[in-house]
Amino acid sequence: MAVLEAVAADTANPVAADVRLPVPGRKTFSPRARQEALVFLTLALPNLLLIALFTYRPLLSNIYYSTLDWTLGSVDATVVGWGNYVEFFHSGDAGSVLGTTAVFTVATVGGAMVLGLLVAVALNQQIPGRTLARSAVFAPYVLSGVGVGMVWLFIFDPVYGVLSWVLRGVGLASPQWINDPALALVMVILVFVWKNLGYCAIVYLAGLQSLPHDVMEAATLDGAGPLRRFYFVVLPLLSPTTFFLLITSTLSSLQAFDIIKIMTPTGNGTGTLIFEAYLQAFGAYNRAGYSAAISVVLFVLLLIMTGLQLRFVERKVHYA
Amino acid sequence: MSTTTLPHAFSKANLARTIATGYLPLVLATFVVVAPLLWMVLSSLKGPGEIVTTQLSVLPRNTTLENYAQAATTVPFVRFFINSVVVTVIGSSIKCALAILTAYALVFVRFPFKRAIFLAILVALMVPPQVSVLPNYIFIAGLDGLNTYWGIILPGLGTAFGTFLLRQHFLSLPPSILEASEIDGAGHLRRLFQIVVPISGPSIATVALVTIVGEWNDYIWPLIVTDKPEMMTLPVGLTLLANSDSTAQAWGVLMAGAVIVIVPILLIFAALQRFIVDGLTQGSVTG
Repeated sequence: MAVLEAVAADTANPVAADVRLPVPGRKTFSPRARQEALVFLTLALPNLLLIALFTYRPLLSNIYYSTLDWTLGSVDATVVGWGNYVEFFHSGDAGSVLGTTAVFTVATVGGAMVLGLLVAVALNQQIPGRTLARSAVFAPYVLSGVGVGMVWLFIFDPVYGVLSWVLRGVGLASPQWINDPALALVMVILVFVWKNLGYCAIVYLAGLQSLPHDVMEAATLDGAGPLRRFYFVVLPLLSPTTFFLLITSTLSSLQAFDIIKIMTPTGNGTGTLIFEAYLQAFGAYNRAGYSAAISVVLFVLLLIMTGLQLRFVERKVHYA
Repeated sequence: MSTTTLPHAFSKANLARTIATGYLPLVLATFVVVAPLLWMVLSSLKGPGEIVTTQLSVLPRNTTLENYAQAATTVPFVRFFINSVVVTVIGSSIKCALAILTAYALVFVRFPFKRAIFLAILVALMVPPQVSVLPNYIFIAGLDGLNTYWGIILPGLGTAFGTFLLRQHFLSLPPSILEASEIDGAGHLRRLFQIVVPISGPSIATVALVTIVGEWNDYIWPLIVTDKPEMMTLPVGLTLLANSDSTAQAWGVLMAGAVIVIVPILLIFAALQRFIVDGLTQGSVTG
């Protein structure tokens, strides 16, 4: 957090930061440099202030709110210190919320990456129609999660859904997707994977197309079959892509909200960290302090992922 | 397509293999993606009797726009559409302008701490908006911004993504062009609008389209900041429609609502997908 605050302070108050910085060789800015600084601030400050106000400030506010017993909309708040965190970790909420988050994240990241890689391999062939297939597979990624969730809710409907119709056709009864908490979680996982696997496929496809040809040819000449080539040559060469996808997919799964909210409005079995934080503050309870505490827990998780990603991005920047 | 080094995909030797390893997975993947969307469109055109039935038919027997009419009378769907257009157009125009100005400043204007500022933008890129909704709700509510356009738009205006993407692009521009104009005495504004912006068309289009898609689909913030139907955007309005009539007969109406939310972005994607895919997969392999 200290790093974040320091960076936020620099962003919000560059003038104060100027004073601290020793400029080698001279004590004051030349008029030219001063004019450049003025241009910089005119151009960049509105955006930087907005980011500071609506992205960085809320992080600090959440930490403060998380120490309060506070009903949203009420003027009274009691300082409870670690109380909300103690409640979260001792009431069993932590177990179920972190458990649901872990299952959702691992299943969606794993599902989208494995299926995405398979689709990418299929797309990476010189066959007509692959451009169209590539577009189609990527399309759900840009569509509204609310709209998509609604469509799938209809498909999963145990009585009128097309899935129940297919199941009846083979003599099976439709499961109660929405009422059964475990099945509700499976349902939102399937839809999330459906929406995101195209992203993984396109990123993997770009990875496959950037593989060095000579290595592949050498492996072929050595007599390695397609499967051996894939496991021992292609997969290891794709590892930077896999790492990139692992991080970005985990981040986006930890942020999944739209599909979960529209398909399971009350969080029956689908209370991930982000959804639980929403439900606690804006659902039936209006528990702002408790919600903020859950947001802080989520943010710490995201910070760890961000740290990994920053290192990765930095590496890409240097080698680009 | 046919190359001299590789046997053709449809040669006799390869035909079976092409179908098994190439077409089958592709057709399957395309079907799994397209079928639900097609089902949505077809269902939205069916009468209630064709949805609440066990005699399912794929195509509507009597094509009707009844569901769309009913969606518009149950909730103010036309108003949702207008709200979504207003929020998307204003929000993404300002975001793009801010991204261009900030990225230009970060690349072409001399200033200390540019690295620290860039790092702060990179970190902001990875802070999900969902973590900020409660404090931003309290802040905007305190300014009487609930159920207003500015209350919906303002908190999302700061753009880390657009700034990041355009900065990377501006860094790749040949410095000689700008140096020449600097010697000619062109100021920053002229350099920005007469040189940098005109030669950055595709990158700016990428940022614009990704921003438009994001604004149109945005859900959690408009959901929290609006509770009056006349100020809701389409995704929020679709939730209202779902809550206002939860009987099974409503599926046709809900699919009509989903079509209105999904199809505009689908059309934009179909027409300009190159830019959108480029923008959303940035930083993966080619950097």
